[in-house]
Parts: sequence; C-alpha cells; structure tokens
Amino acid sequence: MGGLFSYFRGLLGAREMRILILGLDGAGKTTILYKLQVGEVVTTIPTIGFNVEQVTYKNLKFQVWDLGGQTSIRPYWRCYYGNTDAIIYVVDSADRDRIGISKDELVHMLREEELANAILVVLANKQDMAGCLTVAEVHQALGLDALRDRTFQIFKTSAVRGEGLDQAMDWLSNALQARK
Amino acid sequence: MSFKRDKKEEEDSGGNPYQNLDKTIILQEARYFNQSPVNPRKCSLILTKILYLLNQGEKFTTQEATEAFFATTKLFQSKDVMLRRMVYLCIKELSTLAQDVIIVTSSLTKDMTGKEDLYRAAAIRALCSITDSTMLQAIERYMKQAIVDKNPAVSSAALVSALHLSSTAPELVRRWANEAQEAISSDNAMVSYHALGVVAGSRKNDKLSTVKLVTRLARAPLKSPYALCLLIRLAAQLVEDDDSDAAQPYIEFIECCLRHKSEMVIYEAAHAIVNLRKTARDLAPAVSVLQLFCGSSKASLRLAGARTLARLTAKHPTAVAACAVDLENLISDPNRSVATLAVTTLLATGAESSVDRLMKQISSFVSEISDEFKIVVVRAIRRLCTKFPRKHQSLAAFLAGMLRDEGGLEYKAAIADAIIALVEENPEAKETGLAHLCEFIEDCEHTALAVRILHLLGREGPKSRQPSRYIRFIYNRVILESGPVRAAAVSAVAQFGAQRPELLPNIRVLLARCQLDEEDEVRDRAIYYSAILDTGDQQLINDYIVNVPKPNPVLLEKALRDHLATTPDDPFNILTVPAEEDQKENKEAIVEIEVRKPVQMSIEEIYAEQLAKIPGIERLGPVFKTNLPIDLTEAETEYRVRLLKHVYARHVVLQFECVNTLSDQLLEQVHVRLEVPPEYEIKSIVPCPKLVYDKPGSVFVIVEYPCAFLDSLGTFGATLEFVVRDCDPNTGIPDQGEGYADSYPLEEFEMWCSDQIRARAGSDDWEQTWDRAANAPEASDTFVLSQNDINEAARAVCEHLGLPKAAVVGDAVKDIRGGGIFRGGAPVLVRARLAAASGGVTMKLAARSPREDVAQLLLAAVG
Repeated sequence: MGGLFSYFRGLLGAREMRILILGLDGAGKTTILYKLQVGEVVTTIPTIGFNVEQVTYKNLKFQVWDLGGQTSIRPYWRCYYGNTDAIIYVVDSADRDRIGISKDELVHMLREEELANAILVVLANKQDMAGCLTVAEVHQALGLDALRDRTFQIFKTSAVRGEGLDQAMDWLSNALQARK
Repeated sequence: MSFKRDKKEEEDSGGNPYQNLDKTIILQEARYFNQSPVNPRKCSLILTKILYLLNQGEKFTTQEATEAFFATTKLFQSKDVMLRRMVYLCIKELSTLAQDVIIVTSSLTKDMTGKEDLYRAAAIRALCSITDSTMLQAIERYMKQAIVDKNPAVSSAALVSALHLSSTAPELVRRWANEAQEAISSDNAMVSYHALGVVAGSRKNDKLSTVKLVTRLARAPLKSPYALCLLIRLAAQLVEDDDSDAAQPYIEFIECCLRHKSEMVIYEAAHAIVNLRKTARDLAPAVSVLQLFCGSSKASLRLAGARTLARLTAKHPTAVAACAVDLENLISDPNRSVATLAVTTLLATGAESSVDRLMKQISSFVSEISDEFKIVVVRAIRRLCTKFPRKHQSLAAFLAGMLRDEGGLEYKAAIADAIIALVEENPEAKETGLAHLCEFIEDCEHTALAVRILHLLGREGPKSRQPSRYIRFIYNRVILESGPVRAAAVSAVAQFGAQRPELLPNIRVLLARCQLDEEDEVRDRAIYYSAILDTGDQQLINDYIVNVPKPNPVLLEKALRDHLATTPDDPFNILTVPAEEDQKENKEAIVEIEVRKPVQMSIEEIYAEQLAKIPGIERLGPVFKTNLPIDLTEAETEYRVRLLKHVYARHVVLQFECVNTLSDQLLEQVHVRLEVPPEYEIKSIVPCPKLVYDKPGSVFVIVEYPCAFLDSLGTFGATLEFVVRDCDPNTGIPDQGEGYADSYPLEEFEMWCSDQIRARAGSDDWEQTWDRAANAPEASDTFVLSQNDINEAARAVCEHLGLPKAAVVGDAVKDIRGGGIFRGGAPVLVRARLAAASGGVTMKLAARSPREDVAQLLLAAVG
C-alpha cells in the first residue's frame, strides 16, 4: 500500500512546491507569474499585496506567490516566508539606479531563518532593453559571489519575449527534485 | 455545504456546536492556515469559529486580529469556492480590527474582475471594506465597471459598497454617479433601487439636482418597486421643503403611485401623503387605500394600514373616523398589535357615545396583551380623559381597575400618569382620582411610584375640600413602608400643615412621632419641617415647604462638584443653579406602538462638557444660564458662525461655534477679535487650532461683566481671524506651504437683559408674592411704546425681559406678570400694565428686587 502511494507521489509530483517571486517594484514579477501560468504576456498593474497561482511545469506543480515589490509592501514579504521551497528573485537589469537597493533587499531576505533551506533563482530580467546590465554585471552587483551554503543560479530572461524562463524553470525543477 | 462535525463533538454537544469557544484556542487553530496544501473543510470550520466569536462581541486585540488576518490571506492559494467566500467574510469582519489589511487588495481586485461569478460580488464588498480613501482611486476603474456589470449581484454589491464608502469619501463616490445613473434603468429591481440610492445620496446636499432627478424619474416611471418607494420618499421630502406651488407635480406623482400594482408602492405613497406636513389636499384616496389594507388577508398589510391610520388621528381625526367600520373589524384581529392599534385609534376618533362600548371591548382582551401594548391603551385612555372630561368617572374607574391588575413598573407608572393627568386637568375628577391613587398606594410594590403619588397627594390634597381624609392614607405609609416612602410621606404631611392652618396641631403631632423614626432621612425631614412650621412665619413656610425651587439635578451635581473643587469654605448658593424646566408637552399626540422616550436635555447640559474643557473655567462658578444660539453669519456663506452666550455670575463665556463650508480649505489658528462695550473686560481667549471642512469647532472668549449691572447692556463687534491653507477636497490633506492670514467680519450682537435673567411667568399666587416684596426697592416708570398693536407690544416687552408669553394676561388691558432670578442670584419681580392709547401703547412698568440696580436694569432694558 505504502509503495503504491509513493509511486503515485512520484508520478503526480507529490506535494506542491511553494515558490515566492520577489524583487523590487516594476521588475516584472507579475508578468513572469502569468507567463508561467498561462503562457501569455498579460497587462499588469502594480501589485498591492500579492497574487497566488498554481503553475504546472513539466508535470510538476508549483504554488507560486508573487508578492508586490513597492516599498510599502516589502515589509510584508516576511509574513509569507514560511514553508518556502524556492525563491525566484527578479531584477530589472535596465534599472541601474536601483540595483543597489535590490541587492540590499536580497541580502536582507536571505538572512531570514525561515528561508535558510530555500533554493534561489535570480532572474536578470528585461534583457531585451537597450543598455541593460549583462548577467555578469547583475551577478556582480548583487554580490552573489559572496553567497555560501545556498543552492542558486542566475539566468538572463526577457519575460515579454518569453526568453530564458524555460531554462530557469528546468534548472529549478531539477534542483528541487535533486534535493529530496 | 454542511459542516460535518467530528464524531467526538457530535457526542458531547447536542445544541450549538460553537458554544463555549475559547478565543486563544481558535487563534492557535488559525495557524493551521499556514499549512499547505489547504484542507478547505477544516479551514472553513475555523473561519466560522472566528466569525462566530467576532459576532458574539469577543474583543480581539490589534495584534490578534492582524495575525488572524494574515493567516487568512494564506488561504487565497486554495481554489475552493466555499472556502474563498468564507475568507471574504472574515476579511470584512477583521478589516476594522487588523492592521495593514490592504495586503489583499490585488487578490480581491483579481477576484472581482475574474470569471468566477460566485466570487465577484463578495470580493467587491470585501475590497471596499479594506480600502481607505487614499487607496480608493486605484480601484476606481473597477468599481465603475462593476456598477454597470450585467450580473445583478455584482452591480448591487458595487452600488451598496459605494453607498457605504460615501460616508468616508463622498467626493470620490460622486464621480461614479454617471455609472450609477445608468444602473437605475436596470431590469433588476434591486440594482435599480441601489443605484437610485447612490445617485440620490450623491445629490443629498444639492437641492436643484435632486429636483431634476425626481422630475426626470417621475416622468418615466421606474420598473423596480423598491426604487419607486425610494423615489416617493425623495418626492415627499421635496414637497416638505418647498411651500410653493412648484411642489404640485410631486404630489401628483405620489398620488399616481396609489394606483400602482405593487402593494409596497401603494403603501409608500399612501404613507407619504398622509404624513405630508401641510395637507390641505384631499386625503380620501390615500385613506381609502389604507382602509383596503385593513381588510387584507396579510397581517403585515393590516398592521401597516392600522398603524398609519392611527398616526393620522392626531392631524385628521375626521378622515380616520370614516374608517371606523374597518377598524371595528380589526378589534377581534388575531394579531394583538393590530387589535390594539385599532381600538386606540377608535378611541381617539370616536364620539363620546361610543366610549363605553369600546372600553368594554378593551377589557375583554386587555389581559391577553403584553405590557407594552397595555401602555398604548392607557395612553389612549389618558387622551380620552382630556377629550371627554364628562366621562371621567368611568374612565377613572377603568384605570383604577387596570391598576389593580398584575403588571410591571412601566405599565403601572403609565396608569398612575394617566390618573395624575386626570387629577391635574379636570377639577371635577380630582377627588375621585386622588381616592383611586390613595387606594393604590395602600398596596404598591414600586417605591418610585409610591413616592411620586405621595408627592402629588401633598401638592393636591391640601387644596381639596376634605384634606384630612388623605392624611390618614399618607400616615399609614409612615407606619408600614420602607425608608424612602416614609420620607416622602413626611414631606407630604408637612404640605398639609403648611397650607391648612386648621390641621396644623395634628400635623405637628404626626411630625413629632416621625422624629423618632429609625431612618436618618425620615427623622431629618420631620425635624426640618417641624422647625419651619413652628416659626409660624408664612414667608418662610412658603419658600421652604410650599414653593421650593427645583434645580436641574444634573447641573446641581456639577455645580456642587465645582464648588467643592474651588471654594468649599464659602456657602453654596442654590439659586445659581438653573431650575428644572417644565417638560414641554408633546402637542402632537400620536397613537404609536413603540414607546419612544426622547432624551430631553437642557441646553446647559448639552454644552457643559464643551465648557468644561476651557482652562480655568471652574473659577467662574456654576453656569447660570446658556442662551439659545444666534447666527452671526448669513445662511449659505463660506463660514457659518453661531454664538452661544454662557452666562455666569460675573462673567460671560462667548462660544463662537464655527463651521467651515469650503471643502478645499483648512483653517488654522482660528480666533475671534472682539470689540466689547465700555467697562467690559476680556479675560481670555481659547482659539480653535484647526477647522476642517464641515466639522464644527469652537472659539471661546471669557469676558468679565462690568461691576455695575446697569452697564451690562451693550453691543459687541466681532471678527473671525484665521490662517487659510488650501487642501485637497478629497483627502483634506493641506498643500505644502504656509497659508495666509485672513479675516471674516461677523454680525454685531447685543448683551440683553433677557440674557442675564432666568425668568418665568407669574403663578397663581403671584399677587401675594408681589405684595410680600413690598418692602424691597422698587423701580417704576411709564413708557410710550412704538408698536401700534397692543399684542405686539406685549410680546416685545416679554422678549426684552426674557419672559415667556404665558406671562401676559388680560384682553384690552394687558398685564404682564413675572419674576425671575438675575445672574448672581438676586430675585426680581416685574409687573407691567399696557394700555392702548392714541398713537401707540403706553406701559407702566414696575420691578421689585432686593438689589435696586437689578430693578433699574429691567427698566433700562425696555427703555
């Protein structure tokens, strides 16, 4: 009986993975969420609060929380840290002015006890924009070199063109399954 | 969805499964929401428990509510429809208690615009409850769409939410009026009704556009009966506000609605017509509709018909009299509320001849109805006593019979009131009425009632033909009753001693016995009255036993507190406390089911709290009198200012009650520049720091009166000074910058003699009072008044002296007789005689007061 049950677990992807999408306002979090869920680019408005959707990627079920990135909403991120399996941290590569703030928020967040075991995916988004930072520059600016004891990877993406998201999700699925 | 209870729960509780819930345990359970995946059934049960607790009035601290709220937000991950709807309810209930509730804005916005119809209406309601006026603009677009949504539930939810929001953000909601306007023509009755509510609400303060709205909708009748009812109310309001013929079309519209096919609309129209203040019109169609309702098979319609007719009796008894037959049929109605209304209405409209028959019918069912309705019956009988004085014998007997029945205090008090009124109004009924009351107190379990009746016996008994027969009843109380009743009995006995000299020796014996009572209060009173009666000084007896002033108890308490706090060593002067005003008789006697008790507060009580906030106010002593407010600005100006003169013994506190009617301005540092008449001195000014739109605020100026009373009449000039800051009309938040100083001239006002005196009309024994004051200084003079009409002249004189119109007696030659107390406590008596003469009215005015200057001031006030 138990064997049969675990067989289905493996087949159906078992427990939903809980993923948070975080990042500063205007980085493209909500666009990424709905690109992943319905495969289309939808018009979004600034998120006051959060959106939560179920995303199925290659037979894996994810419960994805997209939390608003405005300054006034960032303090509430921590209310949703519990039981998180992975964090997708989205950076607006074209926003050179606020990359520092983005780094501070990231560092601050990764210090949280509840997220100690969460896998981190950094998306250097808006790569379609002219004059944006390259992946390496984003890597550098966020100080990812200093990260220890954390499974993480950085990807260059363009959510509106749908570029890079699949690679990121592939890597994330593998990393989550490997962890078990 | 049914909540399947756990087996265990099912075993141990047969009744309410939510009984004895513990808040801390439930809040622990709410942590379960954080788990994933969500178990919808379990979570719904926990949410239900939270809602149950909130609705039972359980208090959640901000932290508890916030934690529960954030835990609830996690449930948005579940797609379970029932659970989601419970989440909405919980958000709504917690929205006022928890912090940072805007966190669900995006989620709710998504649900209200999403595909799931079951979510949309509830999401709108929840969203509007978590949104404040600053966030409202963000959702405005969605609200506008929702208002015109083709799903009626969604549209109604948006409209009702808009109505709720209009109390906090009226400007914003007004911008949705176009969409609401469109929704009025919806096919759904409820949507149309709600939409009209929003549109009418947004035009509440704009009469012209309300007129347009009603005119337009009245022409193209609405389909929705609910909306039509509301429209009738709006039209009726317009008729009330407008005296001219312009209101005629509205009346016609309402009359037209009497022929509508919906009963609701017909009733609303009939109700509106019979309740119009000025109805010279033909009431017959409306009344005949109500008459039809009385014969309906639906109890609610019978009640509506009977009740509305009952209300109409006060204004148009003849119109109601025509329905007598229908009402008679209702007397035996199985619904006792309907029956009671029918009987009382018949009593109020019937002829003298039918009274006996109706009384018999009442007695057949009076034992079956509740106390509340019995009181209604008693009140109707009380009115009959006034209307048919000749029937007093049978009515009093009936009341006495009811008095002997079982009943609560309120019921008994209502009967006693009726008999007391009978005694006071009808001299012929006095002896029988008092006899009934005497009998009642022989066996009365209600102390308060016994005390009242003893007081009445003390007041009326001595004037009767055979006062000694009452003394026995009263003295029986001294032997048999509890302390408070014995004390009241002693006071009543003393009244007999004071007013009937032939009984004095006996009374003295009785009082002497009471001096041995075990109760302090009883002994004290007995000794007090004995001592006063022993002096034989008629003046003393009159002032301290017969005509004792009754100070307003609330103000007396406050004055005593202030006195103890400031000058406890000085003697307290009770005359400085305003006397109890006579309760104004409610003229429009209506037959009503609900027993309404309007809280009557004197103007001094209303403002006492505001005055108490002025620093140093307690040094002025108790407030002597607060005068009725006067307007210092024209109506409909930018700033409205009312003046209240609070008069103290040696000071006057001028309260400028200001209202800023400009929504785009914020006034700061509001104060008043005052020009006072000579000899007046401004002691201090309490400015109003901030005056926001439509919220009244007050500036107080304390002014000391001149030493001489005669100098106290004069004219004051005042200018309002303030700093203006422009602000956002929606939020009230001022713009950056300093603002600029501005001023606004106010109308001049006077300090009259009437402001400084608490006057009352002369009573029956006024002549004796006047004669007793013969030794006091008197001021008198003869005046020629400018008025041509003697009535007008008399009224003007009363106004100047602050006397009520009741002070005027006589026809061709008018006598004005009155008295009062001047601020500081000096009593004063006035007598004026007016006679018409060629080219005007001559008046001889005399005033007597121990303070000669007060007497002279009264003359100066008229001159």
